[in-house]
Amino acid sequence: MTQITLTINGQPRTIEAPPLKRLLDVLREDLHLTGAKEGCGEGECGSCSVLLNGELVNSCLVPILQAEGAHITTIEGIASNEKLHPIQQCFLEQGGAQCGICTPGMILATHHLLEKYPQPNLLQIQEGLAGNLCRCTGYTRIFQAVQQASKTPGTNSVPSPI
Amino acid sequence: MSAQTTHIVGSSPIRKEGVAKVLGRAQYIDDIALPNMWFGATVRSTIPRGRITSITFDPAIPWHEFTIVTAADVPGENTIVHIAKDHLCLASTHVNHPNEPILLLAHPDRAVLPAAVAAVHITYDPLPAVFTIDQAEAPDAPAIWGDPDAPEKNLFKSYLMRSGNESQLDAIFAAADHIVTGEYRTGAQEQLYIENNGIIAEYSATHGVTVRGAMQCPFYVVHALQLVFNLPAEQCRVIQTETGGAFGGKEDFPSVIAAHAALLAMKSGHPVKICYDRAEDLAATTKRHPSRTRIRTAVSKDGKLLGGDIAFCLDGGAYLTLSATVLSRGTIHAAGPYRWPALRVSGKAYATNLPPHGAFRGFGAPQSIFATERHMDRIAHALGITPEDVRRRNLLAPGDRTATGQLVPQSGPDTVDMQHLLTRALTESDYHAKQARFQKENPTSPIKRGIGFATFFHGSGFTGSGERRLNSLVEIELTPTGQPQILVSSTEFGQGTNTILCQIAAETLHLPYDFILIAQPDTKHVPNSGPTVASRTAMIVGKLVERAAQSLVQSLITSGHLPHHYSADDFRHAALAYLAQHGPLKASVRYQSPGDIVWDDDNYKGEAYPAYAWAVYVAEVAVDTTTYAATCTNFYALQEVGKVLHPILAAGQIEGGVAQGIGFALYEKCVWQQGHMANNQMTNYIMPTSADLPPIHVAFEEIPSIHGPFGAKGIGELPMDGPAPAILNAIEDATRIPFNEIPLLPEDIFQRMTANGHTSGDPCVPEATA
Repeated sequence: MTQITLTINGQPRTIEAPPLKRLLDVLREDLHLTGAKEGCGEGECGSCSVLLNGELVNSCLVPILQAEGAHITTIEGIASNEKLHPIQQCFLEQGGAQCGICTPGMILATHHLLEKYPQPNLLQIQEGLAGNLCRCTGYTRIFQAVQQASKTPGTNSVPSPI
Repeated sequence: MSAQTTHIVGSSPIRKEGVAKVLGRAQYIDDIALPNMWFGATVRSTIPRGRITSITFDPAIPWHEFTIVTAADVPGENTIVHIAKDHLCLASTHVNHPNEPILLLAHPDRAVLPAAVAAVHITYDPLPAVFTIDQAEAPDAPAIWGDPDAPEKNLFKSYLMRSGNESQLDAIFAAADHIVTGEYRTGAQEQLYIENNGIIAEYSATHGVTVRGAMQCPFYVVHALQLVFNLPAEQCRVIQTETGGAFGGKEDFPSVIAAHAALLAMKSGHPVKICYDRAEDLAATTKRHPSRTRIRTAVSKDGKLLGGDIAFCLDGGAYLTLSATVLSRGTIHAAGPYRWPALRVSGKAYATNLPPHGAFRGFGAPQSIFATERHMDRIAHALGITPEDVRRRNLLAPGDRTATGQLVPQSGPDTVDMQHLLTRALTESDYHAKQARFQKENPTSPIKRGIGFATFFHGSGFTGSGERRLNSLVEIELTPTGQPQILVSSTEFGQGTNTILCQIAAETLHLPYDFILIAQPDTKHVPNSGPTVASRTAMIVGKLVERAAQSLVQSLITSGHLPHHYSADDFRHAALAYLAQHGPLKASVRYQSPGDIVWDDDNYKGEAYPAYAWAVYVAEVAVDTTTYAATCTNFYALQEVGKVLHPILAAGQIEGGVAQGIGFALYEKCVWQQGHMANNQMTNYIMPTSADLPPIHVAFEEIPSIHGPFGAKGIGELPMDGPAPAILNAIEDATRIPFNEIPLLPEDIFQRMTANGHTSGDPCVPEATA
């Protein structure tokens, strides 16, 4: 077991875990943050996406040892109190979430995309989300949600911890 | 019925469970942990067919820590019942496909299970196996299923659909101007819901079995558990949790995993969770049935269909499961939306030593429609007329009858004008101009572009007398807060069940959408409104919700609590007063078969479905003659679906279905090695990403149906049917090569183009027509 200190959604946390335990399992099992989902376990589907020091990563591929001292943002850290983040609101309104299993990862990927390209064109959206698979939507409504979010004030903020 | 003015139906309110989903708070089965819960795993066969000769346990594992379940632990019948009882819950003496479950393990620590599974050593005496339709039907094939002396070996089910002057087919073929023949094949396809199959089960001697998990059809699971545990339905409680995609893949399979988890729970004395990882889900659970269709048509010189003889075959895998009903829908849809003066469709489903194939969006129709729509283009090319001409001369028109004898009404509800749909689709997709431009540019371009289309229909609801047999029940109750709550076993798995049923109730009750509640499907509390399959929820269950809502409000009015015109506040006050005075109020309505729906199961005649949705899909493709990759570059989907209940959800269904159809055509290939799926990973089973898909233009026409609420029909499966033939028709337009097998991957295109003597820069020559 290794002691790891990291910041999750703005809150400092210390956990004991085997050094190669996946960040995904630490989030889900040790910290009870189940918003990140396991879809494939090999970094193909993106449903376990989280932000690690601002970068979009597949948490199923990150050994917890590598997250020492890192700042992690999960879907649970995107909304501010009970108010939806503009990206979440846009996914709701545009029909960007159907079964919802890819949605947390897709929202984090969108967040990352809009940090990089505040006004992305369609190609940038398509490529920016290509690591996050969705089997329900055919992606069309997700693209519309991203476009709407890019025009909404406050999209590029992650709330500070409560 | 004329189109009604509606306010909530036809608008796009926020999906009922949407906020929980975007917040990441929706609880899927693997997000749930029960106190003292253990984890389960499955030991599976490694060969396709054989006799089990020994099972040994590696002494390096502390087996006393584990619960081990074998077939001997099954208290009832060792079978997972779907249509028949051939499908074993756990294999004991023989195995009939790779990855067949033999033994179950449970342990408090999930992490130790993979090593334990690998430490159970099973030896076999192998038996000969078959892996394809061609092998299964061969006269010298080993009999792997059913009566070895049957006239046709390995045959799960067959249908013979005869239409028009079928008895005169020989004479019709003898006299025809042209006979056009073709063979078409489709591969297995994985549903690839992003949430794998998973169940948590509990057992107690007094309450029986309780399971919760990802599923489409809670009462199918109840039915299966009753047999395995020899318990009455009341002691088999099934609760659907938030389900991360299904597409048919959670129609029949959850019965298997539920029985397994419950057996482990009973023996261990703990709640047990079994959640498959992706590799296990891909290797062990159902896929779309592979198909082979042979079509022979007699055609007049001006392109009119005179007669047809279609042999439609499915590979059902090792056990019957749902193959008979998949075959039925595929057989009926093989006729397509055309006039056939004489038609014979023979449908056959065969056993092979692959894991059982099961339900997947479209349920046999995408396979037979692929064949028929490719064949219509083949007829056009054989006769030297256009694909449009051949459709125009044969499409069903008002007043015509389908191949089963169902009338397309002359006018009013449930009619359709396919000529108009075709005109509109070709116009809005700019078909003619694009085709002319591509033909001009292709000879000098390494990228060959083409455009093609498919015209098709899809029946809503269970086939034939299925809805009468289901006899669905729907209830709406008043909650203690005075709100109407819908009680159904119809499940939400992304397609919008919760939302559209609440819209229908709200519209009927003249109440705000947000005021309507819908209960979690829990068989202890909800009635059996039937399985959530077959494009039946909006039309069949929706109509029952409408009727239940009418009954509820009538009770409040006749009891004197509610005036005829009321506000939401009035309703709540009336509901609370009613509850205080009379106690609980629950309106129940049961399916009533419309009088004009008559189906003859023996002869396949009559109203095959209450209603059909109709469509014309147009695909543009680019075939790169350097890389041999074919890409769909633009897609246009026009459909007539009755009243659109929720425009955003409806468009989302079409777009998602088209994406799966593009995957079916160009990307998704199951690689079988001795019956085992060799590419059981997302790394090498390739579904379309956001960067792979073309713009998908969706358009609806709305001719109300008398069978659905506010005129709605089913749309869930329709979009799976059209993309593959439209794309392959477009590829033939681009390359002049008829490809008739999907998935069509770059290596397949390479092989055909080079085998035909082409090199990448050479213009293609048309293959001789049949």
